[in-house]
Amino acid sequence: MDAGETLGIVGESGSGKSMTALSILNLVPEPGRISGGQILFKNRDVVTMTSGDLLEYRGGDVAMIFQDPMTSLNPVLRVGFQIEEAMRAHSRFDKRQAKARVIPLLERVRIPSPKQRARDFPHQFSGGMRQRAMIAMGLANEPSLLIADEPTTALDVTVQAQILELLKELNRELGTAIILISHNVAVISSLCTRVMVMYAGRVVESGPTRQVFDHPEHPYTWSLLRSVPRVDERRHERLISIQGMPPDLSRLPTGCTFHPRCQFKVERCLREEPPLVEVAADQEARCWVLMRNVSKESQAVRT
Amino acid sequence: MKQQLGLVPTHREGPLVSVKDVYKHFPTGGGFGRGNVVRAVDGVTFDIAAGETLGLVGESGCGKSTLGRVIMQLQPATSGSIKFEDRELTKMRGNELRQVRQRMQIIFQDPYASLNPRMTIGDIVAEPLKNFGLGNKREREKRVQEVMKVCGLNPNFTNRYPHEFSGGQRQRIGIARALVLTPSLIVADEPISALDVSIQAQIVNLLEDLQNEYKLTYLFIAHDLSVVRHVSDRVAVMYLGKIVEVASSRDVYDNPLHPYTKVLLSSIPYTDPELEARRKPILLKGEIPSPINPPSGCRFHTRCPIAQPICSEVEPPLEKKADGHVAACHFPGKL
Repeated sequence: MDAGETLGIVGESGSGKSMTALSILNLVPEPGRISGGQILFKNRDVVTMTSGDLLEYRGGDVAMIFQDPMTSLNPVLRVGFQIEEAMRAHSRFDKRQAKARVIPLLERVRIPSPKQRARDFPHQFSGGMRQRAMIAMGLANEPSLLIADEPTTALDVTVQAQILELLKELNRELGTAIILISHNVAVISSLCTRVMVMYAGRVVESGPTRQVFDHPEHPYTWSLLRSVPRVDERRHERLISIQGMPPDLSRLPTGCTFHPRCQFKVERCLREEPPLVEVAADQEARCWVLMRNVSKESQAVRT
Repeated sequence: MKQQLGLVPTHREGPLVSVKDVYKHFPTGGGFGRGNVVRAVDGVTFDIAAGETLGLVGESGCGKSTLGRVIMQLQPATSGSIKFEDRELTKMRGNELRQVRQRMQIIFQDPYASLNPRMTIGDIVAEPLKNFGLGNKREREKRVQEVMKVCGLNPNFTNRYPHEFSGGQRQRIGIARALVLTPSLIVADEPISALDVSIQAQIVNLLEDLQNEYKLTYLFIAHDLSVVRHVSDRVAVMYLGKIVEVASSRDVYDNPLHPYTKVLLSSIPYTDPELEARRKPILLKGEIPSPINPPSGCRFHTRCPIAQPICSEVEPPLEKKADGHVAACHFPGKL
């Protein structure tokens, strides 16, 4: 991922989206652990970082916001104090600077009358304002990457629109790179220039959002895009439903993990797991078949 | 008299449900009349035609779920009239209401909370039959298996418990339970929002199939406007306890007349990145006002981008603005 980029990770619950994000912060909950591989942030490996470096890295270089802001905010501390605390935990701003930055940060995320609001407790904020406060806290140390895990899932559509606009603005004006995790393909489409589709703990497709959504090559991506009704739907078409359910991660199917649910599978899919390979400029997919090789007639068969 | 077991398609003229001036107020705290009143549903009038799907959309706290529960008589209305199959529900009590309940059923959002974990799914689905004393044991078993099959569940699983099923399957159990009697109306309160995306389509398709097969009438309550557009023949939009617009699904989405509907629609991102890049969301200022003390005049005036002085003074009635299209706005279609 490049500096200033916006990447969407899409997939169903249990597909590994959130674990991927937590791994980037080296925060995988016990008894889980990162069992292999590298996570390079500005050429430093997060997996082997010392705990001291990690403290500075988490919340300093990379910040994360979660779906439910109420559980991430301390209910007995004033919002302004919690934002100040986020800066005091790191060494980028001294005590005086930290105090002075709170109001501008709340202003930055468009919280009305920030001076008074800084003295409020989290329960006095609405859901949308709490998420704004979380974003303000995330931005406090000027991180180069903000990870947002389902940041709008608990919010109403009009509030979701406000938060998405805010994230776009922050990316544009501050150059903060964003990883947005969502099960909602439209939300990803709204904010992210690149997308990564996950299934059963693996990336099955990735590439520029427009290209992947216009020409999905993996059957899972293809079905996912057709299983959600579109608000711009012209005529009533039956939704494509993906049969069955996501696999149990402790007993993964052989071969391609999507094969039990795939309507385009061939014999090879049952035996061999396909590698993630380039299928078009900048676009990768993990599939033996690829949607471009599936005839229009077979695509039209609805299940 | 022995009642027939099995689904009977409904054929009727005129509305199946007729809701007129319904209010539902909840007193809060205080006591002895000193407390405040939450005006959850505040004067709502609409019909649901037999065999149609009416979508009810609005943001959290707008009163849509309360309205659904009041129609089902799970909570009594504070005032107003609710007619179901031409009979007034609000005046009914006891056994009479119980009998009507066979004809109206509800499906809930959370398939984990709405099934008793200690009952086998066979017992869960058979319970409504037992409640109404319908059929003998063997007839009930037969009926349960039949309904399970219709809902895409393996009829041999009657001895299993809810925890052995996935979210989508549990929602199917909830639907089977609703169908085991002979309902004509099903209130579906956010039936798919707790499910995974790939499972949502399965349940939407199942609900559509059942409707075609048994001529069911749905009140489909949801916050997801894309799903509502997909399933509904007509759509009602609610804001702060009031219905602000009702029209055919197509008219609401292509030609919204109320500014709030327009704002809601502009807020939904498109999946198609090209369309999405061109979308201009209308962002609302401020927060949704409290239903304890709703704004004067038009309730939306405090946040409406085109509000005029009259909007804070005179409440616009929900009236016909075009064929089959009603809206409550002084300046319909001006945003």
